[in-house]
Amino acid sequence: MIEFDDVTITYADQSAPVLANVNLRIPEGELVLVVGRTGSGKSTLLSAVNGLVPHFTGGTLQGRVLVDGRDTAHHAPRDLADLVGVVPQDPMSGFVTDTVEDELAYGMECLGLAPDIMRRRVEETLDLLGLADIRQRPLRTLSGGQRQRVAIGAVLAAHPRILVLDEPTSALDPGAAEEVLAALQRLVHDLGVTVLMAEHRLERVVQYADQVIIVPGGGAPVIQGSPAEVMQHAPIAPPVVELGRLAGWDPMPLSVRDARRAAGSLRDLLVGQQPRLRVVTDSRVETVRTSRLGVRYGSHPALRGVDITIHDGEIVALMGRNGAGKSTLLNALVGVGPTRTGDVLIKDRDPAALGDAELIDTVGLVPQEPADLLEATSVAEECRIADRDARCEPGTTRALLALMAPEILDGTHPRDLSEGQRLLLVLCLILAARPPLLLLDEPTRGLDYPTKTRLARVLADLAAAGHAIALATHDVELVAEIADRVIILAEGEVVADGSTSDVVMSSPMFAPQVSKILSPQEWLTVGQVEHALAHLPEPEVDAG
Amino acid sequence: MGDARWLHPGAWWIWALGMAAAASRTTNPLLLIALIAVAALVVQARRPDAPWGRSFRFFLQLGLIVIVVRMAVQVLLVSSVGTTTILDLPGITLPEWLAGIRIGGDVRLESLLMGFYDGLRLATILICIGAANSLASPTRLLKSVPAGLYELGVSIVVALTFTPQLVADVERLKTARRLRGRRTTGPRAIAAAAIPVLEGALERSVTLAAAMDSRGYGRRGPESARRRRGTTGLLLLGLVAACIGTYGLVSAGSPALMGLPLLVLGLGSAVGAVVWSGRSQVRTRYRPDPWSLPEWLVSAAGVTVAGIFTVAAWSGTSGMVASFDPPTWPSLPLAALVGVAIAATAAVTAPPLPRSMRMQRELVEVGA
Repeated sequence: MIEFDDVTITYADQSAPVLANVNLRIPEGELVLVVGRTGSGKSTLLSAVNGLVPHFTGGTLQGRVLVDGRDTAHHAPRDLADLVGVVPQDPMSGFVTDTVEDELAYGMECLGLAPDIMRRRVEETLDLLGLADIRQRPLRTLSGGQRQRVAIGAVLAAHPRILVLDEPTSALDPGAAEEVLAALQRLVHDLGVTVLMAEHRLERVVQYADQVIIVPGGGAPVIQGSPAEVMQHAPIAPPVVELGRLAGWDPMPLSVRDARRAAGSLRDLLVGQQPRLRVVTDSRVETVRTSRLGVRYGSHPALRGVDITIHDGEIVALMGRNGAGKSTLLNALVGVGPTRTGDVLIKDRDPAALGDAELIDTVGLVPQEPADLLEATSVAEECRIADRDARCEPGTTRALLALMAPEILDGTHPRDLSEGQRLLLVLCLILAARPPLLLLDEPTRGLDYPTKTRLARVLADLAAAGHAIALATHDVELVAEIADRVIILAEGEVVADGSTSDVVMSSPMFAPQVSKILSPQEWLTVGQVEHALAHLPEPEVDAG
Repeated sequence: MGDARWLHPGAWWIWALGMAAAASRTTNPLLLIALIAVAALVVQARRPDAPWGRSFRFFLQLGLIVIVVRMAVQVLLVSSVGTTTILDLPGITLPEWLAGIRIGGDVRLESLLMGFYDGLRLATILICIGAANSLASPTRLLKSVPAGLYELGVSIVVALTFTPQLVADVERLKTARRLRGRRTTGPRAIAAAAIPVLEGALERSVTLAAAMDSRGYGRRGPESARRRRGTTGLLLLGLVAACIGTYGLVSAGSPALMGLPLLVLGLGSAVGAVVWSGRSQVRTRYRPDPWSLPEWLVSAAGVTVAGIFTVAAWSGTSGMVASFDPPTWPSLPLAALVGVAIAATAAVTAPPLPRSMRMQRELVEVGA
């Protein structure tokens, strides 16, 4: 269905190719997962399938990309629109019309389908993706999961035989992600659509894939194979695979279900062992306390009577579905956004009443788009500005950054940093003023596993140094890794607040893979299991 | 009444332009205020819950500014009329060759009224256009645009998504500045935000264009290059002819043939080119808005009010022109009042909107 023949892609302003000598054969009706670090050329590979690269982005493409026999060199994206449907990373950025139904029809209108066929297909698509109830809703008012499904439906209604998706679940809560993946699987199974999908959250998708393509980046050869064999040695792997490697399971399980079947002996081995927990300073000094905190957007209450307390040295995860009020809560804690009711006190000071300079000494927030905070043209300049704003010793911020990310160079333009590096840079800029409370909004969105591990280590160190940290996230694995406490919000109210193991273990939605595999034992991460296995009372470590 | 659905945007525009045409025929403040009230009533009843639906308030404010500016100009810069002095300001005597213009001087009631009536008329016209703006969905109007002009329409789509997101971006960057401990108000803060905001907006426009392209926008059927050149040439010639024709029509002393005939010929060939090039587009329409009874009723209401006002003004019905010298309380011509009442029926004859698009109190999207 899709053939890459010795494809090399070079962008106009770069000397080295993004992708070099790629050879791929993707048969019809397969769900293919494209995996790779940020900036490795995944998106370029996906965009080459419908000719956006190079028709739209510029650059040169050597070799040949054949899609159902059509050469993308001679067919512009619009001429492939009947064959390939592309769902962009941020669905909202690709919406052309204003209501769900019109959006579904737009592609078919462009293709010139007869009105009666369009009518029928819109109805079919509404049913297939469960959008019938919201058919007349304005697109702006939809939740993240609904938007993603509309974006998929919008390309699907035109009956393309290939569907290309760039990180379809990265912005979604676990429930919404399940919804989208279930819809995709149905397309593959029932309609024989070929799906090509890039995704960082392997734990969510690898079990559905028929094939995995690894794009290592830096011009290294692309690897294609079945998920089980590729995952055996892949540099990045979901927790289920890491646990499998640790226990030496063969064949490698990819789903929680398969892993549970293989895990009997591992569970026996771990009986009586206790997970090692991060040592939390028991100072119990309050950093922030809210009481009856409420925020409304117009008539819509975003937060209602929220009472939370966070202590020094504690890492708290805020979870809940898209639109539950997590970002609103973080914003209220730094005193931005709509006027609130109730009290917020950070070290006995109200953030909303603080002057601009005092605010950064009290609380720091890394927003969902960290790049918003960047303004200079080089890393060094950015650090100098932060020193000045925080009124601290020149060089403080740069030294901090050197500690967290030694590979970042002074002269680099912040735009040229990878997503993870940019996040760490912004974190340093915020930390320059040493705020006792540090907030992060969706820090791992779009981050690959190595970067996530690094961030987890940095945050643990900061907590050990006494910072109170609160992060809003959908990433259950990250939460299992670093959070001491989890607060779950729903409809603007706190519905659960307790230690990580208590809260996530009892919820099928928020439980990490390791916990699902080894329940009823209370393990959360591969690290904990590894530590326990290394310190078993008996010498024989045989988990086969 | 009928089922809940969208009224054809064309019908709203005909209705609103009819109201504007009616407003242009009178200076009677009572009639003008009645027209504004009708516009506000209909907008209140039938505007959708969408960014453009909220634009009416902006037009009301604009109308107010127009009135104030018009009155200020009349009173401070234009030679006064009338005799009733209500305020004596110091004035500058300008040289004789600037007769008709003055600066300052005494403020007279008649002058003030003349400025007010004229400003109110202009404001009413603007508010009627504003009503169409907030009642008719621009994207739905775009669907009714002939295929040949579609390319033009697409730039409007991009522009339409551009503005609300620009506002959201400015908010985000203001927050970002606060997070770095900077001032969030003042000219420097705005200047610092300008470049990243525009950068982001531009990037998004490119993404949108790429998305439209990959969904097949702009696909053409088989069409020869010669034919494409032909239609472009025809369009260009037609527009040039129309321009010359318009000039001939308004300028005295040009040959008769250069006027109306050339204008008609030019417009005709331009329309022909648009229709012809539209033939090669493969595009079809999904559920186009129907044009049925409500559309006829609403547009008829607009045409009727325009007709009544025009006839009344033409036949010199008393009360169509409000007297400001001497200042008397304007009378209300019955015929015009009936016209205004007919225009108001649009609030009822237009079908209600689908429930999900009805205006609720502000429903702002809530972050994760």
